[in-house]
Amino acid sequence: MHSIPGRRIILSLFLIFLLLPIYWLVNMSFKTNTEIVTTMTLWPHQPTLANYIRIFTDESWYSGYINSLKYVVINTVLSISFALPAAYAFSRYRFLGDKHLFFWLLSNRMAPPAVFALPFFNLYSALNLFDTPWAVALAHCLFNVPLAVWILEGFVSSVPREIDETAFLDGYSFPRFFVKILVPLIASGIGVAAFFCFMFSWVELLLARTLTSVNAKPISAVMTRTVSASGMDWGLLAAAGVLTIIPGALVIWFVRNYIARGFALGRV
Amino acid sequence: MDKTVNQKAWFLVLPVFLIVAFSAILPLMTVVNYSMQDTFGNNQFFWNGVGWFKELLDPTTDLGERFFASLWRNLFFSAVILAIEVPLGIVVALSMPREGWRVAACLVIMALPLLIPWNVVGTIWQIFGRPDIGLMGYTLNSLGINYNYVSNEFDAWATIIVMDVWHWTSLVALLCYAGLKSIPDAYYQAAQIDGASRWAVFTAIQLPKMNRVLLIAVLLRFMDSFMIYTEPFVVTGGGPGNSTTFISIELVKIALGQFDLGKAAALSLVYNIIILIVCWVFYTVMTNAGADRGPEKGVA
Repeated sequence: MHSIPGRRIILSLFLIFLLLPIYWLVNMSFKTNTEIVTTMTLWPHQPTLANYIRIFTDESWYSGYINSLKYVVINTVLSISFALPAAYAFSRYRFLGDKHLFFWLLSNRMAPPAVFALPFFNLYSALNLFDTPWAVALAHCLFNVPLAVWILEGFVSSVPREIDETAFLDGYSFPRFFVKILVPLIASGIGVAAFFCFMFSWVELLLARTLTSVNAKPISAVMTRTVSASGMDWGLLAAAGVLTIIPGALVIWFVRNYIARGFALGRV
Repeated sequence: MDKTVNQKAWFLVLPVFLIVAFSAILPLMTVVNYSMQDTFGNNQFFWNGVGWFKELLDPTTDLGERFFASLWRNLFFSAVILAIEVPLGIVVALSMPREGWRVAACLVIMALPLLIPWNVVGTIWQIFGRPDIGLMGYTLNSLGINYNYVSNEFDAWATIIVMDVWHWTSLVALLCYAGLKSIPDAYYQAAQIDGASRWAVFTAIQLPKMNRVLLIAVLLRFMDSFMIYTEPFVVTGGGPGNSTTFISIELVKIALGQFDLGKAAALSLVYNIIILIVCWVFYTVMTNAGADRGPEKGVA
């Protein structure tokens, strides 16, 4: 009664459609460039790890991953620590301008990064932060702090208010209640919010590329610049791509039930 | 849902307010500032009033022509991907297995494209679609279809649309699946007793229950496709010609390519206002829907 006719076929076709391009990327990453350019093979006939070895030994490549990780981690920590108290306030209290503020946060999550690229470039140059991980980390707060507030607000709201009241009656001070009781109760929510902050900062290219030049160049910028500069080293490009997918693929299992919720800003 | 009024809550919100104000209001002020001025280099600025806005909104000028061309292109793109992704997402959600390890496997595979960096999404489709080295490009050409996304406008569009469907249909499907899961079994049993057809079950039970998540999905997909930059930039670079130059790509060209501050700033503001309006609709829908559901709000 729940399902529709031919559902297995539909679902299988859809999943194959999703996996095929990813398979092709992985396939390419294990091929030599000669094999890629000269023949069309469905799997690597002379499998090689040379592409991966080059990324792990060439500093201009592996430093890209380190730079990306730096600003992503700074951003995630900043976003979550700023957003937690605010999420609690939005969930429990009514105060002057709360609805407008909540809307304003959302509008920043939706703001096109292209609009902010140039002013951010000027702003962070003036602050001498240009080409540091801090510039990108702070710039990504534009959409990640609102995202974290919205997601965490949903999780805080699912904690019954009686728990707060009992804790305060028991003589807990607000900071102690927050750290000892609330944070453990919404630990999974914090994990989900952190995961989404990590992800949205990790996938963003435009701001990260605009705010860095040499020292803090992220992996996404290394990838786009290498394509145009050194001709087409497809195997290397594919290997670099596969490595950027790995962080998401590692945690995907733990967040599989929260994906829809995270993308819908905690509203599902 | 009776929240207590407490103005001290502002202290909890203050850090967020400050950091977002620093990242949003300060840069927007510079944009407003630029949009009213003209420069001939050397950091000399001249008052230009609403000149840039007049030029932007007048399709007979070069700037206006580029703006409207990319705006219609972007709206057309959003309409096409919504028309494909929403029905497809619903069908996929209805096809999802009910329980067991298969659900977990489906969820994991479907979430995979959502978590790939956007520039790598571009790279994947670049590699997949090239006629010389890509599986899709090679297969299409072997079948006698002359496919080349670099030189042919239609092929470039088709590639970007298929790429977006690949990238984001899972999101629509996952949202719909979340909506479907919340339907109690009793509804289906009642339908069975009434002898309702499969189609009747869909229109009378499942669709109304998916209403809210579908609205969220449509709005999210609209917003994100309306500010799309990275994926088409990597695959086609906005070409061939200007055929896949969406608003964000046009804006970055003007702002960071030509460093035409006034024009870029005027475009940014108009762009932002469009986004704000759509966003307001989104917010109203979400909060109203949240109010309907009462105390279970925010519980998955």
